[in-house]
Amino acid sequence: MILKPRKLFWWLALLLLAMSFNAQANLTIRITQGSDKATPIALVPFAWRGSGALPEDVTRIIADNLERTGLFAPVPRENLVSLPSEASEVIYRDWRLLDVNYLLVGSIEEEADQLRINYELFDVVNQERIFGETVTAKRSQLRSRAHFVSDRVYERLTGQRGIFSTRMAYVTAEQLSGRADYQFRLHVADADGQRSRTILTSREPLLSPDWSPDGKKLAYVSFERGRPAIYIQEVATGSRYQLTNFRGLNGAPAWSPDGKKLAMTLSRDGNPEIYIYHLEEKRLIRVTHHYAIDTEPSWSPDGKNIIFTSSRSGGPQIYRVNLQSGNIDRLSFEGNYNARARYSPDGKEIFMVHRESGGGLFSIAGLNMDTGRLRTLTTSPLDESPSVAPNGSMVIYALMQGDQGVLGVVSTDGRIQYELPAERGDVREPAWSPFLN
Amino acid sequence: MDLMKYSKAFALAAILALVAGCGGGAATQPTDEEEVTAEEVQTSDEDSAETAGAAEEEAANAEAMAEEEAVAIPEVMTIYFDFDKSNIRSEFYEDLNAHAAYLQANPDSKVVLEGHADERGTREYNMALGERRGNSVQRYLSLQGVASEQMEVVSYGEERLAVRNASTPEQHAQNRRVELIY
Repeated sequence: MILKPRKLFWWLALLLLAMSFNAQANLTIRITQGSDKATPIALVPFAWRGSGALPEDVTRIIADNLERTGLFAPVPRENLVSLPSEASEVIYRDWRLLDVNYLLVGSIEEEADQLRINYELFDVVNQERIFGETVTAKRSQLRSRAHFVSDRVYERLTGQRGIFSTRMAYVTAEQLSGRADYQFRLHVADADGQRSRTILTSREPLLSPDWSPDGKKLAYVSFERGRPAIYIQEVATGSRYQLTNFRGLNGAPAWSPDGKKLAMTLSRDGNPEIYIYHLEEKRLIRVTHHYAIDTEPSWSPDGKNIIFTSSRSGGPQIYRVNLQSGNIDRLSFEGNYNARARYSPDGKEIFMVHRESGGGLFSIAGLNMDTGRLRTLTTSPLDESPSVAPNGSMVIYALMQGDQGVLGVVSTDGRIQYELPAERGDVREPAWSPFLN
Repeated sequence: MDLMKYSKAFALAAILALVAGCGGGAATQPTDEEEVTAEEVQTSDEDSAETAGAAEEEAANAEAMAEEEAVAIPEVMTIYFDFDKSNIRSEFYEDLNAHAAYLQANPDSKVVLEGHADERGTREYNMALGERRGNSVQRYLSLQGVASEQMEVVSYGEERLAVRNASTPEQHAQNRRVELIY
């Protein structure tokens, strides 16, 4: 049955869950594979014209953001030849000697309770100012503004939208005293792993978070009532309700691109099948009909197809169902285990968990929808849960680092890889948010 | 009565074969593993038919004797599965028969069949696999005459591992299981 939010209100009060908005458990970043083809860029620390110390090193945040794309190599601070803060102070020759292609300078001025961030970007090779602007911020917003400036610079230089202001959701599992005694937490953090906050805590498993296309809500699976059920939670307020309560599996929620529908796996008819629930019309439609396992649905960006994992050929492989015709075709043929595929934002490639024939590693692989060419992006033994950044440049996934579950990010061009371990517990089930600004 | 007994056993064998077929999937070129599984089921169906017959005889004897003998919960509470498979291996028929006998002798008792998977592969696929394993056990027990109201299947997929950070095949095997929880 589908549960109505209003009738469920009293349940919220009964849930043995703690909401906490200030629990800090940030992820740290460890770059495991750098890029040797990155473009050198100099970022001069923005001149500070105000009282006291700033709470954030804005230029450092921007430099780290750019470096993590694998496309840029920020020059170490100690190598900077001078510290200009505006165009009139820039001497191109100095920066050409340093062999950098681009230069970012700026200043932060205090004005009443506002901060004014002025910044300018220069093309050193062609000796020209690319652009400059001023943004204002409260002190508490400095980190967000640093991400915003990173987005602007990145977009100017690459022609692609930046993902530095996006966020990610993920689950941590921390073992308590007993063998089966765990604390599960659902977190939301900035794309760089900072400003993490716990939006749900439970002693029972939490999994499969998926962002609504407007970035305001998360759908996920929680076992908090002893059985799996799909919940929808507003990220900003924490307000949540239980959407499904069917007998058997209630899993793998996936928002449609228009945000009006949720694809999911239910076994209410005896077998795991893909269903679509229309949130406004409160209507449930069954999509697949097969005695094998059908699960892990994901919508094509145009909303016309759903890809899913099915064991109908024996082991798990990726299939696509056309929602208009109902036609189903198999997409993955290489390897004996292909599962949980997600589309790239342009729909040209899907990223999935892949294992070569003959066993071996479970890695993250991209499968080109036009050519059928498969390329493996990761090499650790137990990689899973790929989630693609909204600009298609990176894939976040879960891996085992020794005995600890950590998050990994790999650029879709394979240039750079980094890991995001937590201080304690296993991190898993990452979901990259859509663009939020 | 005897005829009933045997036709039931044959029906059981037929359905088990069908169940095993489903578990193996509809591969046009079955792997070696699947062929072996099919053979196992073939031979063990006869076994289970015999055991089923024997179990009923025993049950009849037990009825005549004290009730106590049938009421102890069987010792084996966990049965194990092959990778990406949900068919019941023949070595567990006897254990499950004992659970069936217990549940029939105690119609008020209830069992939760918790399906689990090892940590390889994806979480939601493993959730589905865990449910299929639970369903296999439920189907087996109901064919033995256990009332459906006495059983419930819950899959935890790979969320509740018996062996954490498993690395050897034996450790992974410990995680692919159905636990019978009374």
